[in-house]
Amino acid sequence: MAEYVLETKNLGISFGGLKAAQDVNLKIKKNQIYGLIGPNGAGKTTVFNMLTGVYKPTTGEIYLCGERIDGHGQEEINHKGIARTFQNIRLFNNMSVIRNVLVGLSNQPEYKCGLFTSMFRLPRHFKVEKAMRDRAKELLDIFGLLEERNNLACNLPYGKQRKLEIARALATNPKLLLLDEPAAGMNPQETAELMDTIRFVREHFDMTILLIEHDMSLVAGICEEITVLNFGQTLAHGSVEEVLHNSEVIRAYLGDD
Amino acid sequence: MASRKNIKFKYYVSYLIVAVALILFTVLQLTGGLKRSTANLLAEIGYSVILAVSLNLVVGFLGELSLGHAGFMCIGAYLGTLFMKVFSGFIPSQLVCLIISMILGGLCAAFFGFIVGLPALRLKGDYLAIVTLAFGEIVRNLFKNLPWFGGAMGYTSKGYGSTLFIIAFVAILVMLFAVQNLVRSKHGRAITAIRDNEIAARATGINVTYYKLIVFVIAAFFAGVAGVIYANYTTPILYSFFSYNYSIEILVMVVLGSMGSITGSILAASFLTCVNFYLKTHLSGDMAALKYLVYALILMIVVIFGNAPALRSFREKYNPKVLFAKFFKKKPNPAAERNDAGSWDRIPTKIKMDELLTVDVKSNESVQDPDKGEK
Repeated sequence: MAEYVLETKNLGISFGGLKAAQDVNLKIKKNQIYGLIGPNGAGKTTVFNMLTGVYKPTTGEIYLCGERIDGHGQEEINHKGIARTFQNIRLFNNMSVIRNVLVGLSNQPEYKCGLFTSMFRLPRHFKVEKAMRDRAKELLDIFGLLEERNNLACNLPYGKQRKLEIARALATNPKLLLLDEPAAGMNPQETAELMDTIRFVREHFDMTILLIEHDMSLVAGICEEITVLNFGQTLAHGSVEEVLHNSEVIRAYLGDD
Repeated sequence: MASRKNIKFKYYVSYLIVAVALILFTVLQLTGGLKRSTANLLAEIGYSVILAVSLNLVVGFLGELSLGHAGFMCIGAYLGTLFMKVFSGFIPSQLVCLIISMILGGLCAAFFGFIVGLPALRLKGDYLAIVTLAFGEIVRNLFKNLPWFGGAMGYTSKGYGSTLFIIAFVAILVMLFAVQNLVRSKHGRAITAIRDNEIAARATGINVTYYKLIVFVIAAFFAGVAGVIYANYTTPILYSFFSYNYSIEILVMVVLGSMGSITGSILAASFLTCVNFYLKTHLSGDMAALKYLVYALILMIVVIFGNAPALRSFREKYNPKVLFAKFFKKKPNPAAERNDAGSWDRIPTKIKMDELLTVDVKSNESVQDPDKGEK
């Protein structure tokens, strides 16, 4: 077993001449909540996209639990154990809440069920379908969405949509959960609730979490370790206290005097 | 919980429509009460419905625009007829022969669907539409120019006779079984997830390429089956029938029946085929040119007024589900009505509406009753 759940070595990508991210080294231990922060355009989401296989990194390596995963497609990386949420919520809007979670569950090996098994309604189909529904209800119950399971996902209030997105990501049974600005557009009370949810996910699912966030109260509240990016490069790295008092970080956020 | 029951009803209603039509017309046919022209119309409806439902799988459920559906039908028609000719040599029963060639014709179309889909499904939206459109044109011109299929004069087939519609309707039922079960399974959820948000679907671990290809192949298969039915309905098979226009016509059926609704596709395909059929048979001679005008007018009227508010309330009032419920439950249960989410006692007001209403009714009754007693 590798020491780190996620390890990147000199990860970098350039679009033409633009180096969107360079020499990003992340080392995330098991069960850690890790923050990735930085000013706008620093390359945080680009790093996420490289981790989840949307972009193929031009330099460097990514290891998930010691297994090299860079260069694989998005689906494969998800199967290997990285699930993510999006900065602008991406739910399956025209499907019911429970179906959103069921889609997340459908790739688990224990719910394997071939196309013809479903088409001709063989006994295995019903067994798998029932098991999936039970599991989905369990997940929705944890996130307090059980009552609304038959509503369309697009009709949920904003905070619940965020929760549903996390529930769907967890349904894929990941080793590492990536949250892209989970508190964007939330009021302080919702943010506080979200912090509880994230902590709860960590405890209950024994999850390792990497999150991008602009809301410093959330970052300071739950992150154990932080990496700061600026112009695609690592500016600082360390515990919350260290980083937030780092003069370079303050300069990057607030500018020179 | 009520919504789950509605969903179930929605799924069975399509079987019900087709099965009732099948039984009704089969009985009529066997007792000799069916005109030849009606049997022809039913056969036309049969293959149109198969085409519309299979295209709905691609357009409505997967959310990709395919304009080459007539091309797959063309493959089924030509190759199915070829198989019919080959098999009729050593299989005496025409029915068995037809069923085998339907399956083989479908498989051939599915194979082409696979070959076309493999590169084409990497494209999206308009680009995929253009590629499939080109594919349809290539296929029909290929069959026109191949020496074995009669060229521009058409490929003559034997024709199955007036009971063809029964087989077509049974094929619809089989297809409904396969398609609805697919749509209602985890695979169907994956397919609709791709339609709703492809990026999120990928991030959730759904193999997008696999599902797109599968849907394309299944749709091509049923288009091929429809092609074989068509080939047994008309003779000779003309390459000009499978033009771009016909692909669009199938698309019109799907859009008219609302995308993603299988029952809608069945009804729209039947309706448009009827309109087409009657215009074709009743407008002859100089009036034939009017056919497209009338067809276009009817389409415009249906599209504009089909969703008009007045009609929508009419539909809600008289839709089969409500009538069905009325038929079995004569009196609405007052206790159930009280539980309605929008009922008075759920709305927080300062005045207790419920009490006011009940008091009024009681006082009226008590006033009326003694009057009647005196008289």
